[in-house]
Amino acid sequence: MDVRLYLAQRISAAVMLPLVILHILIILYAVSDGLNAVEILERTRGSLFWGVFYGLFVVSAAIHAAIGVRAIAREWTPATGRTLDYGAVLFGLLLLVLGARAVSAVVL
Amino acid sequence: MSQSQQHLTVSVWRGKSEGAFQDYQVPHLENQTVLDIVTWIQRYLDPTLSYRFACRVGMCGSCAMTVNGTPRWTCRTHVSKVARDGRLKIGPLSNLPVIKDLAADMTAFFEKWQRAEARFTPTKTRLDPIEQIPPSSPARLAASAAIECINCGVCYAACDTVRWNADYLGPAALNRAWTLVNDVRDGGQDVRLRAISANGGCHNCHSHQSCQVLCPQNLNPTASIAGLKRLTAAAFIRGGLK
Repeated sequence: MDVRLYLAQRISAAVMLPLVILHILIILYAVSDGLNAVEILERTRGSLFWGVFYGLFVVSAAIHAAIGVRAIAREWTPATGRTLDYGAVLFGLLLLVLGARAVSAVVL
Repeated sequence: MSQSQQHLTVSVWRGKSEGAFQDYQVPHLENQTVLDIVTWIQRYLDPTLSYRFACRVGMCGSCAMTVNGTPRWTCRTHVSKVARDGRLKIGPLSNLPVIKDLAADMTAFFEKWQRAEARFTPTKTRLDPIEQIPPSSPARLAASAAIECINCGVCYAACDTVRWNADYLGPAALNRAWTLVNDVRDGGQDVRLRAISANGGCHNCHSHQSCQVLCPQNLNPTASIAGLKRLTAAAFIRGGLK
């Protein structure tokens, strides 16, 4: 890992922290208020705020996890150099696609 | 005192990377160090045993070995503190190739000091007046806290990241780099910051802190590396790592 990856991982973590806290608070609110899935979707569908909120989370998680998995692969597998880089990019893209599908299902 | 209390059973690594532990019976004395044990074996039981030492008083850093699974400076490690049930297991330092028996090859360790640019780059000649460094200045205090490294390699042998990532510069080289980035007389900062920000540099440290737990000089390389992470991140943001 070099300084660019280090910073990207720290910044993405800093972005995710408030999002995760708010996400957990929302879960507590939804559960305590007895909202069902239909009622939750009524609130999120067409909402720019929730689209940006979870879109940002997905992007940050994809960056953060891809760099983390790259570091683990560097230390625990024989992979080095370009193999690591391409593997991390592919993993990040996979998370991005899966996350984007989930966000679109909630917001669109 | 019973016979078992008077003698230690000492398992010593014999061979190179391939080899085996061999048991020796060694008299157990009061105020006996692990280095005393190894020396006794070589002098009285097996003169072919290879190991490394020089000062015997904790200054030179050449006698570090793995004692009961933990890297230690053997000249200042008392047997009474590390022996378990009258047994000792002594091997060469981990994370380094073995030359023979208890002597590890320190080449990679010191080459990484060079890779980290962990050497002083002077900016003045002997004709210039001596730079006045206030002892209480923050930079001098940071350097002083990390300066007493004796290059023993204990932190390097204890480091998980070194074991997992052969490119990683390791705690000792980075700790030395930290003392130099806090030296206002040094002129090699740009080159050094680039070296420790590259692949294998300070950002690979997971802060497991084995280095600071086991450093015989009670230094804290983890804190030094954290300082380097902050410094290099700030330099990168300012565009100073090109």
